[in-house]
Amino acid sequence: MLKVENISGGYGGVPIVKNVSFKVEKGKILGILGPNGSGKTTLLKCISGSVSPLEGEVHIEERNMKTYSTKDLAKKMAVLPQLHANGFSSTVYDAVSLGRYPYQTGFFSSWSEADEQAVVSAMIQTDILKYRDTQMEFLSGGEQQRVFIAQALAQSSQILLLDEPTNHLDIAHQKQILDLIRKEATECGVTVVSIFHDINLASLYCDDLLLLENGMVKAYGPPHEVVLQEQISTVYDAQVSTYAHPEMPKPQITMMPSEQAVRQETVTAEHIQILPAYIQLKTDKALKVISSAVHNPGMGWYDTLLNRSIAPDIDLAHVKEEARQFLQEQQFSSTNTVMMLTAVQTNLAAIRSFSHETCSIVVMVTAGVGNAVDATRTFERDDLPHIGTINTWVIINGKLTDEAFYQAMITATEAKTKALAEQQIRDSHTGTIATGTATDSLLIAATQYGEEMPYAGPITAVGKLIGQGVFETTLTAIERYKQSKINEKG
Amino acid sequence: MIKKYTAAYIVSFAVLLISIWCGVSIGSVSIPLTTLWDDSDAAAYSILWNIRMPRVLLAALVGASLAIAGAAFQGLLKNPLADPYTLGISSGASVGAVFTIFFSVSLPFIGAFSLPLFSMIGAIITLIAVLSFAKIVDRSLKMETLILTGVIFSSFLSACISLMIALTGEELRSIIGWLLGSVSMRGWSHVRLILPFVIAGGLILWLYRRELNALVYGEERAKYLGVDVRRSKMFILVAGSVLTGAAVAVSGTIGFVGLVVPHMVRMVIGPDHRHLLVISFLNGASLLVICDLVSRTIIAPTELPIGVITAFIGAPVFAYIFLKQRKGRMS
Repeated sequence: MLKVENISGGYGGVPIVKNVSFKVEKGKILGILGPNGSGKTTLLKCISGSVSPLEGEVHIEERNMKTYSTKDLAKKMAVLPQLHANGFSSTVYDAVSLGRYPYQTGFFSSWSEADEQAVVSAMIQTDILKYRDTQMEFLSGGEQQRVFIAQALAQSSQILLLDEPTNHLDIAHQKQILDLIRKEATECGVTVVSIFHDINLASLYCDDLLLLENGMVKAYGPPHEVVLQEQISTVYDAQVSTYAHPEMPKPQITMMPSEQAVRQETVTAEHIQILPAYIQLKTDKALKVISSAVHNPGMGWYDTLLNRSIAPDIDLAHVKEEARQFLQEQQFSSTNTVMMLTAVQTNLAAIRSFSHETCSIVVMVTAGVGNAVDATRTFERDDLPHIGTINTWVIINGKLTDEAFYQAMITATEAKTKALAEQQIRDSHTGTIATGTATDSLLIAATQYGEEMPYAGPITAVGKLIGQGVFETTLTAIERYKQSKINEKG
Repeated sequence: MIKKYTAAYIVSFAVLLISIWCGVSIGSVSIPLTTLWDDSDAAAYSILWNIRMPRVLLAALVGASLAIAGAAFQGLLKNPLADPYTLGISSGASVGAVFTIFFSVSLPFIGAFSLPLFSMIGAIITLIAVLSFAKIVDRSLKMETLILTGVIFSSFLSACISLMIALTGEELRSIIGWLLGSVSMRGWSHVRLILPFVIAGGLILWLYRRELNALVYGEERAKYLGVDVRRSKMFILVAGSVLTGAAVAVSGTIGFVGLVVPHMVRMVIGPDHRHLLVISFLNGASLLVICDLVSRTIIAPTELPIGVITAFIGAPVFAYIFLKQRKGRMS
C-alpha cells in the first residue's frame, strides 16, 4: 500500500532523514519511534510530501507519489500534523467538514449526501458530535486534537499519517483514539503510519515499529524485535527496563530512575515477630517478593509479610474477601502486604537464619502436614482442597535476578519435599511418601541490595543456603507440629 | 445555520440599498426617490445622476474592494489585524498612483487605466516586500511582526510620496485631501475605471473561498487537505492587491475599512469564507457610502476627507481587536 524506498530528506539541502526504507501493507499500523531530533517529523513530512525528499521515492499503491495531484493525494492520504494554534475560531462542524475539501468541485457548493455522512460519522467516531456547533477556541487541547483527527477521518483516505495523535490527551482519550485507529486499520483496511512519543503505546497498537536514530533506521520490525532493553536504552540514552504486558504479547518498557540504591537493612530471624494471630515481618524498605500467597500473590514489592493463623473450618470460597477485611481491621496496607493463611498455630513456626560468607537468608516455616499428599498420585483422588498447609518464607539478603527468583522457588520446593520424606510423612490415601500438602504456599523475598546474584540453583552459594535452610527449618516445623498433635491427644 | 446566512445576506443587501439611497438623496439639496426615473426636475435629476450617483457608487465599490481584500488577507495570513492599510499595501498603491499622476505617465493603449495599473503594481510590490521582510524577521509571521513591518513600509512609502510632492511643488491641500482618501469630485469615468477590477478581483477571491477556509489552519494542514497552496496564495495575494490598487487609484488611501468590516461580519456569522467574503463585500460598500455621507454633511458646507471618518471608527476597533487577541493569548 505504502512503500518508502531509500528516502533522504531535510531542510535547505541538509539531510535530516537518511536512507530510510519501509513498507506498510494495507490495514497495518507502522509506528515511528525515536528520541527528540531523530527525524521522526521530517520523515513523516517526506512521506506526506510537505518536504520534498532529496533522494528516494514514495510509492502509494505501486504509483510514485509525485504523479498524484495535490487533491488526488489528499483523497489517498490524510495527514494529522502536530497541533498548532490558529487565528480564527470556526465551529467544530466547519472544521471537520474541511476534510471533504478534496471532494468539492465546481463554482458553487457541491456538498453531497456522502460528504455529510463522512463528516457526521467521523464526529461520532471521535466522540465530538456533542460539540458540533461549539467554537474551536472553547475546546481543550485534547478535544481540538480529536476534531483534527475527525477532520482526517472525514477525508476518507486509505492512508493515514499521524504525528503523535495522542498528544495532549488523557489516557481515556488516548485509548479511545488509538482503539479507533486500530479499528479503522483492521476493519476498514486503512494503512496507518504514526509517530509515537510513548514507546509502550506504540508497542501495544502497532504491527511494526521503526526506530530512528540520527535520521537513520536503527531497528525495524515487529514490536518484540524493536523494543529491546539494550536498544531502547542506547538510542534514547536513558536507562530503561523491559517487561511483558500483563495481558498482551507486546513488550513494554519502564524507566529506571538513576537514584542511588538505598541501603536495605539485613533481615535476620529476630525481625520476624510471632503474635498469636499471625507471624509478621516488617521491613523499612519494600522487599521484592514472588509468592503463591492468598493476598497479593505473584511478583511485586511489599514491606509487610504475614502468615496468619486461622480456624481450620474457614470458608475457602470467600477467603480473599475475608483476607482484605482482616487487613483493614488490623490496619495493614492492603497494597503493601503479602499474606498467607495457615491452620497451624503461630507458636509452632520454625524460624532460622542461615549464612555463608557472601550471603544470608532467613527461613520461616509453618508445617501442617495432616493433609499431606503425594503429588505424583493425586490423580487418584477427587476431594476438595482444605486447610492444612506448609507455608514457607525464604527471605534473601541480596539482589536476585528474575531467573534466580524462579530457581530459588524450585530449590526451596525440592528441599521441602525432601524434609517430608525424612519425616516419613505419608499420603493418607496411597500410603506413599508425601511431597507436600494440597495447599502449600511458598514465598521468596529479596532485599535487592548488594551484588546481583544471577542464579539460585542448588549449587550456587545462595542455592546451597536455601536447600539447607528450607530442609532443616521444615524438619523442625514438622517435629513441632507432630509434638503439638501428641500433646493435644495426650 | 442556513437561515443565519440567508438572513445575513438579506440584511446586508437591504442595508446597502438603503445606504445608497440615503447617499444620493441627502445633501445640500434634498432629492426625493422619484427623481430616479422622473426627470421633470432637471437640476435634481442632474445632481442625482451626474454628481451623487457616481460618487455613491464609487464609494460603494471602493468600500467593497477594501473589505473583501481585507477579509482575504486576514484569512490567508491568519491575522485578524491584517488589511490593505495596516499591511502598508495601500501606501504602496499610493506611491504607484502619485507617481502616475505627478509624472503624468500614460501608457500607450491602456490610457486612463495606467493609473490603476501602476497602483496595483505598487500594491503587489509592497505586499511581496512586506511579507518577505516579515518572514525574515520571524518565520511564523506573528501578528505583531506583520503589523510592525506594515508600519515600517508605510512610513517609508509616505516619505517617498511627500518627497515626490515636494519636488513637484504642487499646491499641497488637494494632495493631502487625496492622501487621506476621498471620493469627492469623481465621476462616472472613475466608476468605469474601477469596476472591472472589482469584478475580477472579487470573483477570484470568491473562487478561492474554500481554499481560504483551509488556509486558516496553516499552509501545511491546507496542503494535506488537498489545497494547492502555492497557486491559491498567489491568486489570493494578486487579487487582493488588484482590489487595493484599484481602490487607491480612484480614492486615495482610505484606512481601516478592510479591517473593521470583516471583523464585524466574522463576529456575527463566523469565519466561513464562503459567506464571509460576500457579506464583507456588501457591508464594506454600505460602510463607505455612509462614511462618505457623514463626511460631506457633518460639518457642511466643508467636506471632511472620508479617511478621517473611517479612521475614527477603525482605530478604536483596531485597538479592541489587538487587546482581545492579546488577552486571549494570555489566558
